[in-house]
Parts: sequence; C-alpha cells; structure tokens
Amino acid sequence: MSRPLWKESAAAISARVRAGEITAVEAMDAGWDGPASLWEHDVHAVVHTDREARHAAAEAAPARGLLAGVPVLVKDNLCTVDYPTTCCSRILAGYHAPYDATVVRRLREAGAVIVGKGNMDEFAMGSSTEFSCYGPTRNPWDLSRVPGGSSGGPAAAVAYGLVPVALGSDTGGSVRQPAAFCGVYGLKPTYGRLSRYGLVAFGSSLDQVGIFARHAGDVATTFAALAGWDEYDATSRPAPAPDVSNWDAGVTGLRFGWPANLWANGVDGAIVDALERSANALERAGGTRVPMEFLPGEYAVAAYYLVATAEASSNLARFDGVRYGLRSSDATDVRSLYVRSRSEGFGPEVRRRILLGTYALSSGYYDAYYLQAQRARTRIRREYARAFESCDFLLLPAAPTLPFRVGEKVDDPLAMYLSDVFTIGANLAGTPGLSVPVGVTPEGLPTAVQLLGPQDGEGALLRAARAIEVNGDVARLPREHEVEASWPGKR
Amino acid sequence: MAWEAVIGLECHIQLRTRTKMFCECEVVFGDEANSHVCPTCLGLPGALPRLNAGAIRMALRLGLALGCDIRHESQFARKNYFYPDMPKNYQITQYDRPLFEHGTLPVVVEGEAREFALTRIHCEEDAGKSFHPERTGDRSRSRVEFNRAGTPLLELVTEPVLRSPADCAAFLVTLRRLVRALGISDADMEKGQLRCDANVSLRPEGASLLGVKTELKNLNSIKGVERGVAAEIERQRRALDSGERIVQATLLYDADHDKLAIMRTKEQAHDYRYFPDPDLPLLVVSEAELEQARASLPELPWRRVQRFVAQYGLPPYDAAVLGDSRELADYYEECAAGLDPKFVANWLMTEALRAVNERAWDVARWTAQVPAARMADFLGRVARKELPGPLAKQFIGWLADEAGGVDELLARHGVSVKGTAEDLRPIVKAVLDENPGPVAQYLAGKTVTMGFLVGQVMKKSGGQAVPTLAQQLLIEEMAARS
Ligand SMILES: [Zn+2]
Repeated sequence: MSRPLWKESAAAISARVRAGEITAVEAMDAGWDGPASLWEHDVHAVVHTDREARHAAAEAAPARGLLAGVPVLVKDNLCTVDYPTTCCSRILAGYHAPYDATVVRRLREAGAVIVGKGNMDEFAMGSSTEFSCYGPTRNPWDLSRVPGGSSGGPAAAVAYGLVPVALGSDTGGSVRQPAAFCGVYGLKPTYGRLSRYGLVAFGSSLDQVGIFARHAGDVATTFAALAGWDEYDATSRPAPAPDVSNWDAGVTGLRFGWPANLWANGVDGAIVDALERSANALERAGGTRVPMEFLPGEYAVAAYYLVATAEASSNLARFDGVRYGLRSSDATDVRSLYVRSRSEGFGPEVRRRILLGTYALSSGYYDAYYLQAQRARTRIRREYARAFESCDFLLLPAAPTLPFRVGEKVDDPLAMYLSDVFTIGANLAGTPGLSVPVGVTPEGLPTAVQLLGPQDGEGALLRAARAIEVNGDVARLPREHEVEASWPGKR
Repeated sequence: MAWEAVIGLECHIQLRTRTKMFCECEVVFGDEANSHVCPTCLGLPGALPRLNAGAIRMALRLGLALGCDIRHESQFARKNYFYPDMPKNYQITQYDRPLFEHGTLPVVVEGEAREFALTRIHCEEDAGKSFHPERTGDRSRSRVEFNRAGTPLLELVTEPVLRSPADCAAFLVTLRRLVRALGISDADMEKGQLRCDANVSLRPEGASLLGVKTELKNLNSIKGVERGVAAEIERQRRALDSGERIVQATLLYDADHDKLAIMRTKEQAHDYRYFPDPDLPLLVVSEAELEQARASLPELPWRRVQRFVAQYGLPPYDAAVLGDSRELADYYEECAAGLDPKFVANWLMTEALRAVNERAWDVARWTAQVPAARMADFLGRVARKELPGPLAKQFIGWLADEAGGVDELLARHGVSVKGTAEDLRPIVKAVLDENPGPVAQYLAGKTVTMGFLVGQVMKKSGGQAVPTLAQQLLIEEMAARS
C-alpha cells in the first residue's frame, strides 16, 4: 500500500502525475485539503495564496517534466505573477510583480505548481521568522518555538506536509538554519548557481536561492530543474551545473572533514550527538573521516554583518513610495515622502540594518568597515578553499542550538546574529551548504547537521545526505500520527 | 593682481546604442511617457542589471581615439542618493576603477594647437526625468518619466588644464566632432546628448597651487559654457579683488539671464557612499575586443584635417571647416576626386555652405539633395569653363532646389552654353575683325570698351557664350595681334 499522497515525495508525486495516475490538482489538494491543513492555522507558514490561483496553476501545469504536478511553496521574496510579492513588509503591501523570478519560471517549466508564498522575516532579515509584518511562523514540532529564519514559512510548510518542496533564500543561513530547526533538508547552492533574477535583493553578493525538501533525492531533482546560467543575472555561473543525478551513488571514497574544535564550546549536546551519529553513518557507508582544526575566520560574523547590511542599505533604497508599494498619505514634499513612507513601511530590524549598512559605507568609515570586511571575506574564502584541499566536504553544525522559543531572542539582536555563526561562512565564500535532518530528540525537537562543500560540490553533499538518510534516522513528519488520528477523513 | 583661470570640464556623452545600458529597452526619446521601461530600468524589486556589450564597444573607440590607458578589468560601482527620477535610488557608475584614465584631446584654440589632458572616462547609466510640480487645487504634483532612465553615458573628466572660455568652447566643439566621427553619439547639447559641467577657480598668474573651485552646472550649449564660465571667472575675480574668499559651491547658470545662482555649498555636499556593485562582475576587456575596436576606428578628425592640409594644400582654416564633420569631409573628398582640391574646397565653403545656411539645412540634407556625383559633374564643368561664372552661382540654387542632372537643368531653364574655346574662338576673331575702332580704343587703355566687345561676342553666339570665356579669348586674341 502506498503512502498517503500528502506524505509522498516529489519524486513519487511527479512519477504518478507523469503516468496519468493522479492529476496535479489532486496532488496539491492532498496537502491543502488534507490532514496537513490542520496545521496551517497554528503554524502560519503561508502568507499569500488563494484557491482559485492555485487551481488555475495546477490545471495549467504540464503533466511532464522533472517536477510534474509537484506543489511548491516559494518564499515571499521571490517574484511571482500570480500572488503578491511583499517580502513580508508593509512597504510592499499589495505589490504584485509583473514578472516571474527565473527560478519560479523554471519551476513552472518543470511542471511544478506554485501554490503560494511562504512567510519570512521582513526582507529576509532575521533568524526566526518573527519579523514578518504578517506575524510569526511557528515551529510545527513545537508551536512554542521558532521555525528558524528567515525562510521559516517554506521550511515549516515542508516539515508539516503541506508541500514536498519549497524555495527559500539564503544570505547568511536563511535556508539551512530553518531547515535544521524544522527537520527538513535545506540546500544553499554555490553562489550564482541558481539565478537571483526576481529574488528581491538583501545582500546581493551573498544571496542565493535555496531548496527545501523532506528527501535528499527531491533536493537533487529540484536543483537539477533550477540550476543553470541565466542571461538575466550577470552573476550567474556560466559553466554547466554539476550533475547531481548520482545522489544515490553512496559515499565510498569520499573524505569528510571533522573540525571538532568548532563544537568544543557553545554547541548543544543534542547537536554534537547528531554530528557523531552522522559521522558514523558516513563511515559505515564507506566515507572517511578527516579530523581537522578549522577556524573559518574569527571575524566572520562581523564581516558578514558589515557586507550584508552595506549591500542591503543600497538594495532597499528603491523602496521609497515613488513608483510602487506603500506611500505615506501625509507626505508634504519629496523628502517627507521618503522619510514617512520608509519609516512607516519598514519594521525595526530592517531599519536597524539599513542604518548599520549606511554607516558602514559612509565617507570616513568605508575603509575601516566595508573595505576591512571585504578583506576578511577574501581570507575566509581562502581558508575554506584550503580546508577542501584535504576533504570533499565538511561536517559541522547548522545551528549551535535547537530551535529556541518564540520571543527568546527577539530583543537581543546580537544573540540572534551569533546564531548564524556556522552558516555565514558559506555565503562569504560563495560555496554550497546543505542542512541534513538527523532524527528527533527525546523532547520531540528535530536535530540536524550541516555539510559544506567547495564550489560546485553539490553532488558530494547530496550523496552524503542520502547516506545519512539511509543509514541514520530518516526524516519524518512531526507528530504525524497525532495528525492522522485527529483527521476526520472527510475527503 | 593678475589672475589666471583654471578650468576643468566634466562632460557626459550619451551613447547612441539601440538599447539601454543594463536592459533591453530601446533608447527612444519623444515617445509616450514611460513606454520604454522594464523591471530593470524601473528598479522593480528583484530585477538585475545586465551589461550592454555594444555600449562598451562604443566606449572603447573613444578611449582608443583619445589615447587613454585602458583598464582591462574595470569595475561598476553604486553611487547612492535619493532622487525621484532615479529608479533604484542609486546610479550604476564607475568610481575608483574606471574603464579609462589619462589620454588627451588635441584642440585648436584660436589658431593655436593645444593638447588638453584628460583625467578619466567612465561608463554609467542616465537617470529618468522629473517634471516640475503641477498645482491642482491645494496639492502640487511632480511627474517622473523613465524612458531615459538607464541610457548609456560616458563621463569624461579633464584635468584642470583649460584656461579660458574659448578653451572650453574649442574643447567641446572638438569633442563633439570626435564622437560624431566615431559614430558613438549625436552629441547635440540642446538635446542633452552632450552635457557639460565646469569647475572654475582662479589663482594669481604664475602660481602653481590651485584656488578654491566652484562647479557650474546647467550649461546646455557651447555658448552657454562659454558665457557661464566667463561670468564665473568675472564673479571670482571681483570677489578676490575685493578681498573676499571663494566658497566651494555648486552653481547653476541661467543662460537666459546670464546669471549664476548657488545650488549648494560644500557643507551640503552629498556622501554618495560609493561601493562596488555586487550585481555586476568586473568589466573585462580582452585584447581581441580592443583589436576589434581599433580596427573599427575611422580616420580621426584632427588627423583628417592635418591630411587635408598636407595632401590637398588647403589652408588650415579651410581644412578645419571641411573636416568639421565626417559627412562634410567625406563629401568633400568625393567631390574633389579628379578635380583641383583647392577649387572644390572654395566652391564648397563659399557657395555650397552658403546655400545650406540660406535654407537652414544641415549638411546631411545637402548631401542627400546634391550627391557628390552630381556636385562633381557640375564643378567639373565650371572648372573646364563650360559654365559662365555668374550662371554657375545661380546654378547652385537649382541644384539645391530641383532634381535632374546638369544638362537637364540647363534645358529646363532655357540656357544653352557655347562651352569651349574652340567653339568661341572663330566668333571672337570675327568680332575683332569687324570692330577695329573699339579694339584700338581698348588697346589705348579705354578698358570699358571690353564690355562692348563681349556684348558683340554674346550677340554673335546667339547668347550662348560664357562671358568670362569670351572676355578671356578677346584678351588673348588682341594680345596675339598687337
Ligand atoms: Zn528597461
């Protein structure tokens, strides 16, 4: 007997849609009208959707392609013609993009159905999805906890079974950290591998579209459907994308770096445990552990926040109330139009980062801050390259802690920034990273590890993730049995 | 005290590419507002710039023509400031790693050959346009228009090496001629295709340090630059002479009233927070691209002018006039092929250009109406004295205003010409034989008699003789007989 449709992988759904056994509408409604829908009320993963648009998209989707009939939720900072694109900010309230982001277009071309927009921290600035103008998303494993961020909505939606695949964006860990908190896979590809055209920019030199799924193979398939050069993104990689079709080929002969010095202090015991179990799984599958010392730039967090906020201060300048989005109704001249629209439109965290970035770029401070950060970045990039000389990928935590409680860090920006310590390196270095779920703690919280690879190393990361998936704990839906017990089965 | 003016110019040259600098919208002016826009040039969320390679090819021609140092890896930067017609509230430009540095523009100022040193030339995008507030009731509104937003510009900055308003005017005329010859810009200042700001300071004559400078904006014609700079030099001279200090400031020049107004002082200067644009990779110029650009260079205007002097023996002034535009220079060379180049130069400069001016035409209109082949046919006949001089001048008008070849025009206007000396000589001899009296008078010094004799030749030829030729033959024959 096959699994209920809403628990199925993207691979299984698309195979059945291509075979004509089910339609895209059925595949989508299995999530939206099925047991998972009970969760949405509490979790609040979705900010824009409507039944008519969803059904129109499902009916228009071709019954062929790598992702035929697969329902996909995309983060609210990816432009879509059929739903608003607001970055969960008041300043873009009601904004409809006149074009699809390249990754959205490629999803549709691969047969996928865009079912709506996922919640996020405003303009992707945050690590908990608490800074959304639509209210927070909660962790489906424990509603008192955050799902991580900034792509908390898409991560949570995949975790509780609304969709098998979702897209987020990762500027400093915004895909990998919520994936870890929600117990799903989260891939941040090599910088430039997935087009940024239509991704509302935060830190342009760090931003990368990322993929959430419950199965390593679904990550690989979605990556294959989206990767590739885009003439509309001058920073996209012109070389062909790495072939990830061998994601199930095992890890025999692969060496993984084991920088245990990184979790000697300040990392939750459950995560250290997950690292050990993952390493054992990789070794059982034929991988080789390469113990190493690795200190990827002590100034990485500082460098990251200077580069990201500097670029953001310029990227977000276009939200001024002149051409689109919120325009303050009581502006008296151009200057007050800017000041009022931006003050009313941006939330506190976004304002904080714009100010920080503006300061970092100011005349007289540029050399000490922005330029210095770029130098640190160059060094970090070199340190990563050196680490990959002795291994094919690194195994390390995705986040230092288990999901924290809603409100716990919201008033302590520095503590929130420090929770990105393991993820920002890959953004600074432009290298790929993958969060891999590794079971659940006795308290019912998901644990995860992170795999980091060299540029274009996505193949090895997916093979390793698959090895951990097979050998260790396979990801499962949160409290799926309870959900099914409470579902009256009215379909 | 005697003061010396020190002037540097910042020129913006609008490239005549088909599409914009960072998107595929067509560059079109005068169309409906906001009809040539896309997510990129409107600065919509998520849109990204992609470089127009054609604009860079054009830029390379200018850099090569001016002998600039070419940076093989230059960088785009963001210049951040808020303005309603700036879609992203930053401008993509180049900052500390521009495409070109150094180089010189050779300019003839009042007959003297000079070389003006350049600091840099870089690529950037233009802004849109704002329209002044319109009042409706108690509200005032401004409109913004983005068809121009994203149009490719080159910004050229000179060293502070110009010394007078005349230097500025000559510099701009030469630059305009160059970019037109290179085919990279129409450079019409009235249309904003060539824009110029001037930095002006004064220092005691002979001093080497620079004085406090002011920046003049809104100079939208070559005359405007000349007058604005002259006004600012005068203002600074008066201030310095009366012991005042010059305040670093940006001034607007009002050409209609010949007045300067302070726009902002140094304290109000922007902090543009330049930083490398993370959306655009380094702009890499390969040897092959450079080679291609070099091969596409036409003969440079000042080289052509030099060649006109050397090859055709034209006076420098004539060479400069005819070399002013590629169009006129090409036309001249086509017309002059096989004829006396000085003779052709004279006719083009006096008669043809006068006809152009009288009709308020431009050279293009003239060359379309009187193609070089038609003009050369006409000039050849004049040179061979097959058309009488006064008639020839009238003929220029017919060429300009009517269709048809030279013979067709003669027939249409009922003019037939006894062209050659061989045709006329027997008639001249007969007139001399028949009028011994007037001939004697002429030879005795009564030169007015010539008019009578020419009249007789005209009469005998049935009005078909060329009077100048008749006169020339009469003189020759009388000289032969006396
Ligand atoms: Zn455009």
